[in-house]
Formats: sequence, structure tokens, C-alpha cells
Amino acid sequence: MTGVRVAGVGLTHFGKHPERTGRDLFAEASNRAFADAGVDRDDVEQLNYGNFMGELSEHQGHQGPLMAEAAGLDAPATRYESACASSGVAVREAVKDVRNGEADVVLVGGAERMNNLGTAGTTEALAIAADDLYEVRAGMTFPGAYALMAKAYFDRYGGDKEDLAAIAVKNHDNALENEYAQFQRAISVEEALDAPMIADPLGLYDACPITDGASAAVLVSDEYAEENDLDAPVSITGTGQGGDKMALQDREYLARTPAAEDAAEEAYDDAGIGPQDVSVAEVHDCFTIAEVLALEALDFYAPGEGIGAAARGETTRDGDRPVNLSGGLKAKGHPVGATGTSQVVEMTRLLRGDHPNSDAVPGDVGVTHNAGGTVASTTVHVLEVEE
Amino acid sequence: MSDQNADDERVRDDGYDDLLDAIESGEGFYIECPEGHGSLPPRRVCPHCGATELEEVPLPESGEIETFTTVHVASPEFADDAPYVTAVADFGGVRLTGQVRGVEPEALEVGTEVTPDVGESETAGERVLILRAD
Repeated sequence: MTGVRVAGVGLTHFGKHPERTGRDLFAEASNRAFADAGVDRDDVEQLNYGNFMGELSEHQGHQGPLMAEAAGLDAPATRYESACASSGVAVREAVKDVRNGEADVVLVGGAERMNNLGTAGTTEALAIAADDLYEVRAGMTFPGAYALMAKAYFDRYGGDKEDLAAIAVKNHDNALENEYAQFQRAISVEEALDAPMIADPLGLYDACPITDGASAAVLVSDEYAEENDLDAPVSITGTGQGGDKMALQDREYLARTPAAEDAAEEAYDDAGIGPQDVSVAEVHDCFTIAEVLALEALDFYAPGEGIGAAARGETTRDGDRPVNLSGGLKAKGHPVGATGTSQVVEMTRLLRGDHPNSDAVPGDVGVTHNAGGTVASTTVHVLEVEE
Repeated sequence: MSDQNADDERVRDDGYDDLLDAIESGEGFYIECPEGHGSLPPRRVCPHCGATELEEVPLPESGEIETFTTVHVASPEFADDAPYVTAVADFGGVRLTGQVRGVEPEALEVGTEVTPDVGESETAGERVLILRAD
């Protein structure tokens, strides 16, 4: 079985770009990825593309071929949809296809246009990732769902809004030097605590913003990298995926995320590592509480122990294991379908040494954690430097 | 906004609307498999174990709030309803997600007893599953 190398990566600026089409965003991100990779577009054998709400925001289905065209590819293309984990799934399927010999070169990525819908329209669109009958029709929103999880977490394990605010402050600090981030602006714990409430206990600064953006990565086999003399020091050495019941009410746990636990265990086994070997992580902090749940699912902390990690300085840039050095979804932004691949993009640069925060990376092993809905679907990937 | 026919009236969703009708007439039910796993309709297979011999059993008259939140930023369908309280309540065999009515949010606690009901949303006039705490 061949290994899988990340030959090149690219992003658009993540932010408020309501007038930019998905196809334009993806073309920009893929241009950057090809320029970074030094790989000929003609060698691409397939496109794996993630997008969540294109039907609602752009009245556009069947986005696979559209995006292949935008990226200048003459290759079959498939769109993957798994809510906010859409392009994490696209990466995972690409890794499997390179490993099994189906393809030597795959373009993966994703894009999402959201700001053209406005806040109310986006809230409504995002809600389709929940159970329409038993959650959405009862008035549950996405922030509302994560608020229910946060409340259940506090009730079971303790913790408070200040612990969550420390996560927001950390991720804003990390985004300061990231030119692709939506918010290159520091915030204080007080600002976070004083922000308007969205769904108690989650305020405005506990939530990721509404973001337009795209991500892309060129994945190649070890053989292709060697034959073409590519400079591609980072490999994807582990992949895992987990699932859970769609609706929160039907889950065994309200304050744990077994789908992510399963994905992490599978990815660690696949890479032949354990959580203790991980130096740095990019996790799906769509809300501050989601970072806590991710740290525990990745087995960096036991259930109930992850809540204070940021406040204690363990996951900050000078901590033992920095988390979301990109700024995370919270500060870098969350163009839903682009996020899974964007985590791989950021992690590749962090490990390669050409990310503005690479100096804070204490080792050679990184993990990305990408969750869909209220973590009913999750992918986890392990990236390692293998010169 | 989904499931609308040409006359712009919502087409019924079998199972879901049957359950709301039943709750409305005080005869709520849920689905149970031979292993005792509970789920909500429509079901042909137990989502927990794959059993296909399912039966309707009575929903207990009351449940307990397990977690809750006051939603301040709502979707357009619930814009005029906000702020409102969403909760997940445990009824033993199943949990239900609904809007809590009949109590001030400040008085609500984990463990508060609620009864299932059906109400209308202020904004769209659509049926909403209610957890009544009065």
C-alpha cells in the first residue's frame, strides 16, 4: 500500500465575500494548491469536492463537474456532502483511493458561499444538517443545539462561560498573523463574556462567524512524488471516520461525541500512533464548547477534563499541545464545505514550517478533526512529517 | 418550508404528524423493539439494534428536562417566537426535543417535570412540539 503525500495546498481568504461565487472561490484555492504543488493539472485523475448548502445559497446542485471545470481539470469529479464535515470526508475518500491504487493524483477541497444569505438565511440553511422533523420543527437552531450540549456538559462535569471565553481568546490570538483568517483581531475574556447571547450559555464570541471561502490540496502517491521529484514532506498517515444518531435527543451521550471518539481511534490505529504522540491539532470549534468535546474525543483529555485546557494554557501557542494555531473555525472562519480540507491545508503548512505559527509547533505529528452537524459525522486525519 | 404541494399547504409526514396528532389528543406513543429500545416514528427498523418487530407503546405522561437553552437568534421560521426555550426531555424510552412553555426560563432547571403537548409557532403558525412545565 502506497503512502499519501500532500503535494500542495491552497486557500482563499476566509471572510465576508457575499458577491463571490463558489466556482470563483474554488478556482482561486485550487490555483494556489497547484502552484504550491508543482503538479501538472493533466496528471489529476479525480476531484473530491466538499460542499454543504450550495442548493440553498447558490441554487446549484451537481457541483462536482462545475468545480472540476473551474479548476481547469479534465477529470471525473464527485461532490461529498456531510454537513460541516463535507470536505473532511472528501479527503478521507481521496486518501483511500490513492492508497488502493485507484489514483496517483487527486485534487481535494471544498467551498461554501454563505454571506449572500444573511444571518437569518444562514441560520435556516445550516439547520438542515439537523433532523428536520424532530429538531428543526421544534425550533432548534445550530447554536441552540450546541448550547444544549454545553449546558449538558456543565451540568455533568462542571465548567463555565469563562472557560469557554478562554478558548475564544486563544483562537483569536492564533489568527492574528494568519492572512487567510476572517478575524485578525485579539479579543479579551471580558469582551467575550459581555457579547450578546445567541443561545444560552453561548454568546456571539462562542460562535464561529459566517464565512465565504474555499480550500484545496493536491494529494499524490509516494511513487508519484518520487518520480516527479516533488518537495512534499508531509504525509497523511491516518484516516478515520465515525457516525452517530442524527438527532441529539437520540444519542447515548449529550456531553460526549462518540462519532469523533471512533474516528480518532481508527485514525490513530491507522497511523500506528496514540494520542500521546500528537504534537498539534486543528479541531472543529464551530462553537467554543465543540473544541472541548473534540479534545476529549481525541483522547487528549478524559471526559470532563478538557474544559479548562485553554484557561490553563495547555492548548495555547506556548502550551504543551497547541490547538487551532490557524485560529480555528472561531477566528479563521468556517466556510462549511471548505473547512475539513482547510484544516489539512493549515496543518500541512504548520508542519512544513511555512505557516506564520509554525514556530509554535512542538513536534512532527498533527491531527485534524472535522465534525458534521452536532457531531453525527466526523473525520479525523493524522499528518506527519516524513522527509 | 419543506414538503409543500402546489397549493402551498404542507403535506403530512406520516409517522411524525401521526405522533403529533396522538400527543394532541393525550395519547402519545413511541416505538419499541423487543430489546426495549425506544425510538420515534416513522420507523421500520430499530435504530439501536436493527430489530424489525416494532410496536407502538404509550408515551409516559411526563418527562424530565435533561438540558435546555434560551434561543435568542432564531431562523426566519421562528423569528417572532424568539426568545424561546428549547429543551431535550427524557421520557424513559425516548427523549423529545421541544419548546418549553408555561414557565419562566429563570425557574427552569435540569430535572423539571414536563408534559408533552402540541402548540403553534407565532411566526409561521406551524405545529410545534411543546414541553409544558405548568
